[in-house]
Amino acid sequence: MTISFNINGQPTSLDVDGDTPLLWVVRDMLDLKGTKFGCGKAACGACTLHVDGKAVRSCSYAVKYAEGKNITTIEGLSSGDQLHPVQQAWMEEIVPQCGYCQPGFMMATAALLSEIPNPTDEDIDNNIVNVCRCATYYRMRKAIHRAAGLQSQTAKNQPS
Amino acid sequence: MSTPKPKKKFSRRKFIVRSTVGVGVAIGATYFTRPLWRRSLAGFANSAELPYNGSTDEPRLWFEVTAENEVILNSPKVEMGQGTFTGLAQIAADELEVDIQQIKVVHAPTVSGNIDGTSTGGSTSISSLWQPLRELAATMREMLKIEAAKQLGVDAAALTVKDGVVSYNGQALTYGEIVRKVAEWEIPETPALKDVSTYKFVGKPVPRVDLKDKVIGAPMFGMDASLPDMLYGAVVRSERIGAVFVGADTSAAENMPGVVKVVKEPDFVGVVATSQMAAEQAKLAIKAEWSTERNWQSEDIEAMIKVGQGDPVTIQKTGRAKRILDNEEGVVTAEFTSPIGAHAQMEPNGAVAHVEGDKATIILSTQVVNLTRQEVAGRLGLSPEAVNIIPTYLGGGFGRRLHTPNAMQAAVLSKAVGKPVKCFFNRREEFQNDTFRPPTHHVLRGLLDEQGKIKAIEHNLSSGDVMFGSPMFPGIAEPVLGADVGAWRGGMIQYGAIPNFRTVSWRVKLPFATSWWRSLGLLANTFAIESFMDELALKAGKDPVQFRLDHIQEDEAGHRLREVIKAAAEKAGWKDEVVNGRAMGFAASTDARTPCAQVAEVSIERGEIKVHKVTCAIDPGMAVNPDQVRAQCEGSIIMGQSAAMYERMFVKDGQLLPTIYGPYRMALMRDAPKEIDVVILENADAPGAVGEPPLGPIGAAIANAVFRLTGERLRSLPLAIA
Repeated sequence: MTISFNINGQPTSLDVDGDTPLLWVVRDMLDLKGTKFGCGKAACGACTLHVDGKAVRSCSYAVKYAEGKNITTIEGLSSGDQLHPVQQAWMEEIVPQCGYCQPGFMMATAALLSEIPNPTDEDIDNNIVNVCRCATYYRMRKAIHRAAGLQSQTAKNQPS
Repeated sequence: MSTPKPKKKFSRRKFIVRSTVGVGVAIGATYFTRPLWRRSLAGFANSAELPYNGSTDEPRLWFEVTAENEVILNSPKVEMGQGTFTGLAQIAADELEVDIQQIKVVHAPTVSGNIDGTSTGGSTSISSLWQPLRELAATMREMLKIEAAKQLGVDAAALTVKDGVVSYNGQALTYGEIVRKVAEWEIPETPALKDVSTYKFVGKPVPRVDLKDKVIGAPMFGMDASLPDMLYGAVVRSERIGAVFVGADTSAAENMPGVVKVVKEPDFVGVVATSQMAAEQAKLAIKAEWSTERNWQSEDIEAMIKVGQGDPVTIQKTGRAKRILDNEEGVVTAEFTSPIGAHAQMEPNGAVAHVEGDKATIILSTQVVNLTRQEVAGRLGLSPEAVNIIPTYLGGGFGRRLHTPNAMQAAVLSKAVGKPVKCFFNRREEFQNDTFRPPTHHVLRGLLDEQGKIKAIEHNLSSGDVMFGSPMFPGIAEPVLGADVGAWRGGMIQYGAIPNFRTVSWRVKLPFATSWWRSLGLLANTFAIESFMDELALKAGKDPVQFRLDHIQEDEAGHRLREVIKAAAEKAGWKDEVVNGRAMGFAASTDARTPCAQVAEVSIERGEIKVHKVTCAIDPGMAVNPDQVRAQCEGSIIMGQSAAMYERMFVKDGQLLPTIYGPYRMALMRDAPKEIDVVILENADAPGAVGEPPLGPIGAAIANAVFRLTGERLRSLPLAIA
């Protein structure tokens, strides 16, 4: 079937089996490799991307449900060379180790901050439930708080 | 501190100098010439240190200088998160006299030569390359200066070098400009290395060189690789312990949409298709037949892992511990256990393979570049030189990628269809076909004297194999070493002032693969020994920190251990009392000569153990990158906490379970301590191990804190309160 959606702002149409997980469409058909395969069962969050601004575990999301929607991957999180506040905070805290799970965490965090701009530790515990085997959680928590600060600063600096 | 001037000179035969695509130059050198096995195993047996293992007679390629004045460092070690690429860049930049931004570290593919013949593992990458890399970089810098002197018509001694630019009296040449005009290189004697205190990058918290790529989601991992016209493969894997492949009915899979070919081999069956999903679905339609000898259960495995069963080897003996503990009154005995642990690294195992006639290219995440090449070459009937292994960044290693037979399978599938094939494990296959951390059983015996000091202590440990049976050391480790160094890593008594001590390792062969898991036996052995030390301290009526200090010998290792114990206690504000429902627990370990002490602050919340803060003092000798030493401590503490508090594989009806994250419970954000305080001591003159030693103390530190809160001594991992 033909499926159309916007990915990172670009309109896209694909001829694809509608039951194909969105993850494989993004990685193998659109060649956006930043979204990772971890488990295939929505249990680890490595494949997290945004569908209409909400965090979605794309390994368990059939592409047919993406029809007409706006999809954002880690490649589309920044605007040009300008990193997203979450990415900026990740840089400043030097969070990644192996790095494999990090795009999923950053996408989950960006979605969290759009709903809760200043999350408490409890908000973070309840909402950031991806798996990181290098266990970079300590720096991630610091980076999430830092990103919240950067984001509110950016918002203040923008003309209303 | 100063470094003695090395006396050797790189011989011309051992260097190659070549132009790369017309714009660069490369130098290489082979380093050690002593036989690999003797060096490696001797190092392992003494201190768990593994020397760098370059080949003895093939030129190796280290540096390339580009026209843009960038230096490419071909790393013989892989980057799996431990920060090795950053440390190597710092070390090379300082001796090469370039800015760190001018260095680009890449994985050396086997075709270009500069690979480590053993592995990336054992927390040895920085320590083993510290000396050779500085000498190579310094030699390269001098070679460039000699050429610059010729080109400028001046004496080399008159030149100054900064940021990859050689200057004299207003004239300047970049390294990139110099190398373009070189016809034949002159190789000087290895120059004296700079004083470490003058280094600009070594010793500083330089940001990781791979930071930006990892933050923007750049395609850098084995699983991100693709080749033109690539197909997707899947291999049927057994779900049962000990299963031997008999055959397969593939008829249902043959005609499924997207299937290109079903590939039947004597030892496995796989399928190649046009997409990942088509390959996975076709695999599910294959009915494979396996023979299995029995339905293993967890109870069977637990019954096997018992001190007293299997082959014992005494690995440490001072005084008459056994005689004392067998005959005297008042001996304290305690038993501890640890479960089967999974690696659960996030990037599954797999490879992109392209076999074309008599050559093959394999792109993958591997910790054993050379072994991967040998296995692929052997399977395809090619010479190792005909196989180019292109290592990528690893989506986690932790020892899981110290054997990669999956590369052979991808190569076989590619050969069968004549096209590149990408073939990866799914998560269920990862969990069921892991090379697990072996379960362990420990029996500790100890006796106090009248002054409350330890008169004798003994550690008996039973473990499945770690190093034994590993294809990395085929057939050689067992006769040379006697006991499995991996299993008893961290198992020896580190308190050398005790007059009588003894450690005995009991080997058990399990029916499923057990192998290297980050820090090997350290996690379980330290849990047992340091829990027992706490028990003895309380029985002696001593403060547990002082009790440990009282049993440390007067030598360099003792000094370094004593200092980390004191530093951790001081930084944490150590108090052996429960305050507002929180207690501290203390533990220390020495691994690969790196001592580490930790204090865990713990409470019980809603019937569960909650770790609030961990203070960690570590002495890696010298910290090439203090920020990454910190990062390794933070990650090791939480990974160790995860293994100590939550993780456990079961055996049920012949299967290893669970097969997915979640049911395989691991530490998540909500479980991780909100505070981790790391103190770095540097009480040696060279960098040592960092990536594994901080996994040692955490289990016992938590358990010792729990004892203060509940009065219950937890003797089994994962820790659970009644």
